[in-house]
Amino acid sequence: MAIFNYYPQTLPPDWPGGYWLHWGVFVVIILVFVMAMIMGFIWFERRGLGRFQVRLGPNRAGPFGLLQPVADAIKVLTKEDIIPAKGDKLVYWLAPVVAFVPALMIFAVVPFHDGALLADLNIGILYVVAVSSVGVVGIFMAGWGSNNKYSLIGAMRAVAQMVSYEIPLALSIIGVVLIAGSLSMNSIVEAQDIPFILLQPLGFIIYFLAACAEINRTPFDLLEAESEIVAGFHIEYSGMKFAMFYLVEYCEVLAISAIITTLFLGGWRGPLLPPFLWFLIKVFGVFFLIFWVRSTIPRLRIDQVMAFAWKCLLPLALINMVITGIEVIALPPALLWTVIFLNLGIMAVLVVLWSKFFRLGGGRVEV
Amino acid sequence: MALKTEPFVINVGPQHPSTHGVFRMRLTLDGEVIVDMEPVLGYLHRGIEKLAEGRTYTQNIPFTDRLDYLASMSNNLAYVLAVEKLAGIPVPERAEYLRVIMAELQRIASHLVGVGAFLNDCGAFMTPLLYMFREREKILDLFEMVCGQRLTYNYMRIGGVSHDIPAEFLPALDRFVTTMPGFIDEYDQLLAENEILLARAKGVGILPEELAINISASGPVLRGSGVRWDIRKADPYSVYDRLEFDIPTGSVGDCYDRYWVRIQEMRQSVRIIRQAVEQLPPGEVRTEVPHLLHPPEGEAYGHIEAPKGELGFYLVSDNSIAPYRFHVRAPTLINLTALRDMMIGWKVADAVIIFGSIDICLAEVDR
Amino acid sequence: MKFEHYGIGVAKGMALTFKHLFRKPITTQYPEERLTVSRRTRGNELVWDKERCTGCATCAKSCPEGCIEIITSRGEENNYIVDKFEVDMGRCIFCGLCVEACPFEALFMGYAYERARYRRQELVMDKEGLLLSGERQPSGYARPKIEAGLPRQTLLLDRDKVKR
Repeated sequence: MAIFNYYPQTLPPDWPGGYWLHWGVFVVIILVFVMAMIMGFIWFERRGLGRFQVRLGPNRAGPFGLLQPVADAIKVLTKEDIIPAKGDKLVYWLAPVVAFVPALMIFAVVPFHDGALLADLNIGILYVVAVSSVGVVGIFMAGWGSNNKYSLIGAMRAVAQMVSYEIPLALSIIGVVLIAGSLSMNSIVEAQDIPFILLQPLGFIIYFLAACAEINRTPFDLLEAESEIVAGFHIEYSGMKFAMFYLVEYCEVLAISAIITTLFLGGWRGPLLPPFLWFLIKVFGVFFLIFWVRSTIPRLRIDQVMAFAWKCLLPLALINMVITGIEVIALPPALLWTVIFLNLGIMAVLVVLWSKFFRLGGGRVEV
Repeated sequence: MALKTEPFVINVGPQHPSTHGVFRMRLTLDGEVIVDMEPVLGYLHRGIEKLAEGRTYTQNIPFTDRLDYLASMSNNLAYVLAVEKLAGIPVPERAEYLRVIMAELQRIASHLVGVGAFLNDCGAFMTPLLYMFREREKILDLFEMVCGQRLTYNYMRIGGVSHDIPAEFLPALDRFVTTMPGFIDEYDQLLAENEILLARAKGVGILPEELAINISASGPVLRGSGVRWDIRKADPYSVYDRLEFDIPTGSVGDCYDRYWVRIQEMRQSVRIIRQAVEQLPPGEVRTEVPHLLHPPEGEAYGHIEAPKGELGFYLVSDNSIAPYRFHVRAPTLINLTALRDMMIGWKVADAVIIFGSIDICLAEVDR
Repeated sequence: MKFEHYGIGVAKGMALTFKHLFRKPITTQYPEERLTVSRRTRGNELVWDKERCTGCATCAKSCPEGCIEIITSRGEENNYIVDKFEVDMGRCIFCGLCVEACPFEALFMGYAYERARYRRQELVMDKEGLLLSGERQPSGYARPKIEAGLPRQTLLLDRDKVKR
């Protein structure tokens, strides 16, 4: 029964009851939070995109269209479940599950309040990076099991893209970890007297772009590019399995927003309002930025996406890590504002330098 | 040990969100690179040329509406010019100016759809498309005020136009012409310097000047490749020789040049409309033509600069009430001849962009 | 291809999209709000004036689709009595050539556009269905007297108020 020796370290001292009560309460909180926020995100995105495009979003299902996600869920549940005849059935069936579960597991380490997480792991952010890599396997299984050339192209692109962007993602987090001094998410939030977005502007931008690429949002949504390969890896899915992929996309967006809020924007910290409200405001703010980008700019091509990851984001992330390391060791903590301006200056110089000398992708291939 | 690969054939089928109509392409791919392309046409063939041999000259005008349904006024104009050349019928001056105003408004409307659809294919999630459709809606309201319909106008008649403009047309047109350049500037701000659009469209799908001339391309496809050829200047019809305008010409012949040529043509059309409204003389709008027209025996070819290229009608008459032969020189069918050479060596994602930049309308290709 | 404008192009585009958040949306909430169509609209029906029609069938001869069917018989005062006047709205392309061709101004295009039916047979309009009556408003296409009495068209140019 050695497992019962490990749990006391994850339990904050002021929590009543045993470990299993804490676990039960937080599982319920996380599931309710994720489901409610996904519905809220779907509504917010559709209304927001509508307002960006000089039109109203959905407004017929319930007041202000608030029941639209519910209507979508009911519609999707009543659809026929079509399975391709020659596809690999086990792989096809398991793919949504393998894609969804890691996205949900990320929420175990997101702090909603001081000490209020499911498990305050001391490797917090590393756990997040590790778990989110498993989602790639789910997408590849979906593409393979569908027995469809379009799905296969989508799946190949997915693997290439998501694996490449893991590296800048992990490296940009290291800057934050160096300043906070710990990998645990709770300690990172507690160390943010000044939000880290000011101290690490380059890190924020790299993390934001790499995270958008991980979750396949525009401008990197070429896996489900409607106008090219018509929905990519989930072409052949219908009914509840398609709903699972749809949920995966929004769950991952929610996870990324929550992680960015925790790492860069100060989590639940804020002056007047209760901490949970601040957390929600910041999460919605990050999501607003994500779909604002989606509504404006076109998407990139796969070789441009790969070039961007390997030739642009990776060197910048390495340089950011080196510079942050030097700053943490050399500069005393009283000079915080100098550090902010220094970092902004370095970011501007690096962005200009890379823009001048960096080629975005190959051209025509001689056939 | 070298990796054994083999090319595989993918079918960008008749039903696809990005083939503008029912167009089928069979792409042979080596990884993501296109090595061969075979277009398959004919899914929208309705036999207009044969049907027109059984109807009188006036009854054929609604049929020409349905050729390039996004630019019906231009189709009507080309056909009516051909018949007037065949039968030697004069047109009053007010009618000529009204025809020019309608044709240029139609050019703006057609380019709005063309550019909007191109940007939608690039991946910009319908935002530029909806902005352009807002302006197109204003033009369609003006057309509805004049002739009663919004898509298939049936406005031009042999010997003039069918009705005079109502009293509120000119003030509304004036308001439109004053606000339109502002909106074109907005489109430029949205996308002309967008790095991602530049990365996707600059240098992609180059049509060399020699090839463009050899395949008799016309319209923005030809002008994007650097050839200054516009029928309104080279063989002026109607009153274009009294109006002042420039011909925008690209330099390289890539997708970005064709997109740029279309945006500049919209500005020039606004300029032409302003001059035509100033020079509009009073008078009647239609010469008396017998109800059943018997043109003398012979043949005539009437061509105009339609938004998509050189649209021509070749009519042969044998002194009866119906044409003996009615042939449409569809600009987009001839422009499509170069599609294979433009596409080889690029990637799957570029196939859709190159195809969208030619701006086809399947109804014209298949007639 | 270089990243030419250091990301400023993307930022300009995003600023424009943000500006659109504060503009009034141009959506019309059909069926609660309806826009007025043009006075010369070629709506989805035909309206026939029985008193003025002489049965000359010029409209039937000028239709490109051949969807007007007229059967007449000889009356007492050396005129035609129209026995059957049937228009197949399913084949009609609403070009308006019949309305322009009528020498006695007895045929009008309709003003209404909400004429969907569940069966194709119900689209064929016979004499009683086509009659000019109080409820069926004819449109002013090629009929200037009717055009003068219809309300003004709603234009998007009027509704879309953008400050420049």
